[in-house]
Amino acid sequence: MKVIEAEQLTKTYTLGLGQSPLKALEGLDLAVQEGEVFGFVGPNGAGKTTTIKILMGLIHSTSGTAKLLGQSLDNIETKSKIGFLPESSHFYEYLTASEILAFYGKLFGLSNNLIKERTLALLKQVGLESSAHLQLRKFSKGMLQRIGIAQALINDPELIILDEPMSGLDPIGRREMRALILSLKAQGKTIFFSSHITHDVEMICDRVGILVGGRLLRVGRLSEILDTGKETLEDYFIRIVQEGVTTTAERIA
Amino acid sequence: MKWQAVAVNTYREAIRDKILYNLLIFALILIGGSILLATLTLGEQSKIIMDFGLASINLFGILMAIFLGIGLVSKEIEKKTLYTVLSKPIGRTEFLLGKYAGLLLTLAINTIIMGVGLYLALMLNQSRWGLSIWDVEPRLVFAMGMIYLELAILTAVALLFSTFTTTTLAAIFTLSIYVVGHISDDLMKMGEKMETPLTGLLLKGIYYALPNLSNFDIKGQVAHKVTIAPSYFFYTTLYALVYCTLLMRIASFIFKRRDLR
Repeated sequence: MKVIEAEQLTKTYTLGLGQSPLKALEGLDLAVQEGEVFGFVGPNGAGKTTTIKILMGLIHSTSGTAKLLGQSLDNIETKSKIGFLPESSHFYEYLTASEILAFYGKLFGLSNNLIKERTLALLKQVGLESSAHLQLRKFSKGMLQRIGIAQALINDPELIILDEPMSGLDPIGRREMRALILSLKAQGKTIFFSSHITHDVEMICDRVGILVGGRLLRVGRLSEILDTGKETLEDYFIRIVQEGVTTTAERIA
Repeated sequence: MKWQAVAVNTYREAIRDKILYNLLIFALILIGGSILLATLTLGEQSKIIMDFGLASINLFGILMAIFLGIGLVSKEIEKKTLYTVLSKPIGRTEFLLGKYAGLLLTLAINTIIMGVGLYLALMLNQSRWGLSIWDVEPRLVFAMGMIYLELAILTAVALLFSTFTTTTLAAIFTLSIYVVGHISDDLMKMGEKMETPLTGLLLKGIYYALPNLSNFDIKGQVAHKVTIAPSYFFYTTLYALVYCTLLMRIASFIFKRRDLR
């Protein structure tokens, strides 16, 4: 089953007067299968966050269609089966860790007992048990990223979309994040995450999609797209990005 | 219901905001100060306290409604807190409704606190003159109700601007609407006297489009015990309800189409 489907998804931003429109995403075709860990790789400004924001209904596509869990993006109820972590975590600083999880739990319509139960379990899982009653304004960047992960899992989602989940984490935090993603995969969940840290992607992804300049240049299993033994994902990524830039330059010329 | 969670969170944000307490304390000091002001007059002390107290409640209510209202949505966008909220199964209209209800709840509680302060000031004044402390103008509640309806409209105006502009611009626009809303009767009269039909039409248009906020000002009538027909309260309340609903619908229309970049 296709958990994420996008067909010819395009986003053009209109800028200020006298400025030409910015094509952030150009004809994206994408399919993510149930139970896989999909890495969405690309340099800064490639269109990764734009794609994710369209999928989460935060921005509207200029053209094309997309579906999540087989449902149109307009179907709000589909979101009850999705967990989402935005790029760089921003939360209500005046709430404590347990209050923010309770708030998000209520947005999912969960009962108070279930919220309490999941809050305890998730805070333990992300290592924030002792900070449950601390206001988020006192949290470090890494702690905020952890609470971000916890809120993305409060509804026990089928599909988890993470935008740059490793950002702001130290090497230990990144290792824990990788372990968490793999444990979620073992539970049968689908994980779609964006990153420009190829090392992390290489270690945990079943398939990757490489996005450059708003265009998806390659999609496939790492074993298929890498010349095993000779090339790392980082080498491949740099090569394809350069090729992509050349192709784009040729196209413009 | 999910909008209730947003409303409670908005209320919680307001009560954890120090500015709100500063405003509230300042308002209560002013209401208390009206007793001192009343001692400077001969007789009519209750009227002075009522007039001054209601004006303080109105002024501080407006400051709270505007300065908390303008950030209801724009602050969420600027601080990027909206991304995680709207990625949950809650519609944008429901989110707006929750934000609006949360601020209305905050304003209701603050108006009640300030109102209790005014009643206490009046009771204190009564006891000073050896009068029954319970002999306080009961229609003060209606005057405060009317102030609250005005705050509800201003909050909806601030929320509307908050959906498509920055906090600073929303503050300027809302303050402008507040000022024009209080002189809209004069605009209508001016429009009728205009020699150029187009200018007259424009002024009439402004009169009908912008909220007629002077309708909610019954402070003078209550303080001076002027009779007000019950139908006046009914139609003014109805006007506020219709106006707020319309503003919320426009806000929802704009916000649903907005890209949260």
